[in-house]
Amino acid sequence: MLENNIEVQKYTAADFKSDQEVRWCPGCGDHAVLNAVQKAMAEIGHPKENYAVISGIGCSSRFPYYMNTYGFHGIHGRAGAIASGVKTANPKLSVWQVTGDGDALAIGGNHFIHEIRRNIDLNILLFNNEIYGLTKGQYSPTTKYGQKTKTSPYGTIEQPFKVGQLAMGAGATFFARALDNNIKHATETFVKAEAHRGTSVIEILVNCVIYSDQTHAAITDKEFKEDRQLFLEHGQKMIFGKEKNKGIVLNQGGLQVVTIGENGITEADILVHNAKNQDPIVHMMLANMQAPEMPVALGVIRAVEAYTYEVALEQKIEETKAASKIHSMDDLLNSGETWVVK
Amino acid sequence: MNNKANVVEKEAVVIRFSGDSGDGMQLTGNLFTDESALFGNDVATFPDYPAEIRAPQGTVGGVSGFQVHFGQKKIHTPGDYADVLVAMNPAALMANRRWIKKGGTVITDVDTFNEKNFQKAGFKTEDPISELKLEDYNVILAPISTLTKEALKDSGLDTKSILRSKNMFALGICYNLFDKPFDNTFKYFEKKFGKKPQIVDANKRVLQAGFDYASNVHALPSYRVEPAQIEKGKYRSISGNQATAWGLLAAAEKANLPIFCGSYPITPATEILQYIADRQDLGAKTFQAEDEIAGICTAIGASFAGNFAVTTTSGPGLALKTEAAGLAVITELPLVIVNVQRGGPSTGLPTKTEQADLMQALYARNGESPLPVIAASSPSDCFDYAFEAGRIALEHMTPVILLTDGFIANGTAPMRIRPMSEFPVITPRIAKNNGSKYLPYARPEDGSMTREWAIPGTPGLEHRIGGLEKMATTGTVSYVPENHQVMTDQRQAKVDQVIVKVPNQEIIGDQTGDLLVIGWGGTKGHLYDAVDELRIQGYKIGLASFNYINPLPKNTGDILTKFKNVIVAEINSGQFVNYLRMNHPKFDYHQYNKVQGLPFTVEELKDAFRKLL
Repeated sequence: MLENNIEVQKYTAADFKSDQEVRWCPGCGDHAVLNAVQKAMAEIGHPKENYAVISGIGCSSRFPYYMNTYGFHGIHGRAGAIASGVKTANPKLSVWQVTGDGDALAIGGNHFIHEIRRNIDLNILLFNNEIYGLTKGQYSPTTKYGQKTKTSPYGTIEQPFKVGQLAMGAGATFFARALDNNIKHATETFVKAEAHRGTSVIEILVNCVIYSDQTHAAITDKEFKEDRQLFLEHGQKMIFGKEKNKGIVLNQGGLQVVTIGENGITEADILVHNAKNQDPIVHMMLANMQAPEMPVALGVIRAVEAYTYEVALEQKIEETKAASKIHSMDDLLNSGETWVVK
Repeated sequence: MNNKANVVEKEAVVIRFSGDSGDGMQLTGNLFTDESALFGNDVATFPDYPAEIRAPQGTVGGVSGFQVHFGQKKIHTPGDYADVLVAMNPAALMANRRWIKKGGTVITDVDTFNEKNFQKAGFKTEDPISELKLEDYNVILAPISTLTKEALKDSGLDTKSILRSKNMFALGICYNLFDKPFDNTFKYFEKKFGKKPQIVDANKRVLQAGFDYASNVHALPSYRVEPAQIEKGKYRSISGNQATAWGLLAAAEKANLPIFCGSYPITPATEILQYIADRQDLGAKTFQAEDEIAGICTAIGASFAGNFAVTTTSGPGLALKTEAAGLAVITELPLVIVNVQRGGPSTGLPTKTEQADLMQALYARNGESPLPVIAASSPSDCFDYAFEAGRIALEHMTPVILLTDGFIANGTAPMRIRPMSEFPVITPRIAKNNGSKYLPYARPEDGSMTREWAIPGTPGLEHRIGGLEKMATTGTVSYVPENHQVMTDQRQAKVDQVIVKVPNQEIIGDQTGDLLVIGWGGTKGHLYDAVDELRIQGYKIGLASFNYINPLPKNTGDILTKFKNVIVAEINSGQFVNYLRMNHPKFDYHQYNKVQGLPFTVEELKDAFRKLL
């Protein structure tokens, strides 16, 4: 939308760096995401003043301070509500919500599902490191079952949320997944998220070097990553693996990994990714795939068209204005039953 | 006109209409009120309905009431006790017995008098009149149901539909009793049921039948209440909630900003959200949030993005909003938080009134977190104080809490319509890109302490704010101890500066004397009448009813010196009196408090004040 009316600006990632010293731990995955977002914003090319970055509380929520854009560092869990207000009030802004697994899924769970349900045009960057980092190592709603943390010294007894399933259960029109150690792919994914009209949820698997180091190692480990990462592209076959010979098929209602050339499987049998399918069932199955049994789906898993909240609201206002006789407070005060005292 | 020979002139009259929730008592009361206002009386009303949407029929819990006070003098309250009680069934009689003025008139539908109804209403005998000790009252046992059926016997309507209009029979009796024209009521029928001429005709016939019935019952008195001497001009009837919504809309217009209201439905504040939602034609955006916290947080986001942002709630909702209110304090963003107070604590008495959220409004935030607090004192001045809350928020870059209460929020009164040109222009300090670096927490040289508001989308003013403490002027995150002191002091100084435009506290009545009555917010009408009546009796007494709570008006200390005694009356256990003790400790304060979910009565106030005279 913006691209149509406003001249695309020429920016580099450096234009989006603020003068504040970045204070995440050395080795923290957040540094890479910051780079990727700055690159994505430069590539998207909106005028810099039209970006607003809104966060909650947590390590990742310091993000706005490091961006040379409009930014708002909120309170715990409320980034979604604040961002919803920003976008609804001022729809020409490109609004990026920065949040974590605790911020979005525990204390802010209610806002998370409702902003998705409303399909407000926001980009939600959900930094999932499966731990509370800023409070120094308590389990979060995405911590793996049985994991020992400071508040689960004998192992958690809670089932983790599956972010994609939760988002799609709330009606997400866009869900994607990115990795902190693949800046190029993350940047591309963010650009696609911005192009989507509606709430874009991007789960970013981020490593916390201090409190949950290697929590995503099963996916990111150099030795296995090609066999455990499935990069999805709309219209492309779901093929992966070191030898590019593995693929996903639908079998008895579920997804299954097969090897091309074995058991009579040919490339023609492999599923083609349809991110635009309104029915979220296959998208959910893709989002739920877990390593090491299955590859983890990366990239845009779901991107379907639907009307957005803020556009619908503005349209309603224009229609109501056109149909109403009341155009000012004076009109309103003098409308309906009145009487004169002489 | 009725044909009664002896017409008694009355200065003011209180009528209470009561019946089952489904009996249409709110409509009946509103129609009577409109006719009175059009006739030129001053009026005030108060609805009294159960929290349950459909409580069991015929029970005391299901009784819905509507009280109207009208007069040829200025009317300040909906009245303590009813001169006339209309009770559509035994339960309504039982529920409202305590509100009948001694010797008053009771009109009740005798056709509802049967064993089943007596039982449901909790009567022990089958003689409710003597059981309620109403022998000395003027009780009219009117066969309302029978006569309504009689009036519509050839209308072709079924019995159920016919009985639905029996409230109009009762209304007809009242029009006769007070010798009122009812052209406007007929017009209402035509407008409301225009497409169903049968229903229009039925309502007219039943109303006329009630009027004629009253003409022929000699036990019914006939009164006349002349038009009141009230300020000339064009008027409309308005409830406190409607006036609050419209005052906020007016502030947006005078500030030339779009309004955004993020709210969650809660009794008794919900209507404000509804009235703003009605105004998409004025560009109003409402956001019905998923919870109270999202209500205020969306509003904070909208304020950051450059809208005039408001959130509306009642006590429990304000409790949920407290953390976010602190965020608005530290980010120094304009925001109006409306709290329509109700009975607490917790869920408390959702449909009843109270003034017990004063301390919550002033202090219920973590840290040193000052913000202006103002209170409205009547249904119609909710407009002015909502406007004023908007002005303070926008001109001082601060969240403001506006306190109203269930009593003035649901009550209605006439409001004189003033053109918007009579209201001051609101001038927010919106930052412009003048080439120099925008510093979010720079304070202007005029001493107002108000930072500039940089609206996202403005080139060159990109900046970051948030809940962490910020370095003075530059707005970068700062943990420097001395800086925290500086910022704490600056936030306080900014709220203190609000006083520049706060008018001096006025004293109504005697300016010096024996007793100064102090109140705040929605009790003003009752306090006014109590003080006025005592002055007529010769007492030297004055009233100071506060609208500005934080900061207090500059002359607050002065007015306290002018009376021998001071009494603070409020619908809580003593919150404002203790606030005054803290701010003006050298005075002695008496106090009068009531926490029953009910407004004061003028009588109880007079009794309390007389003890100090």
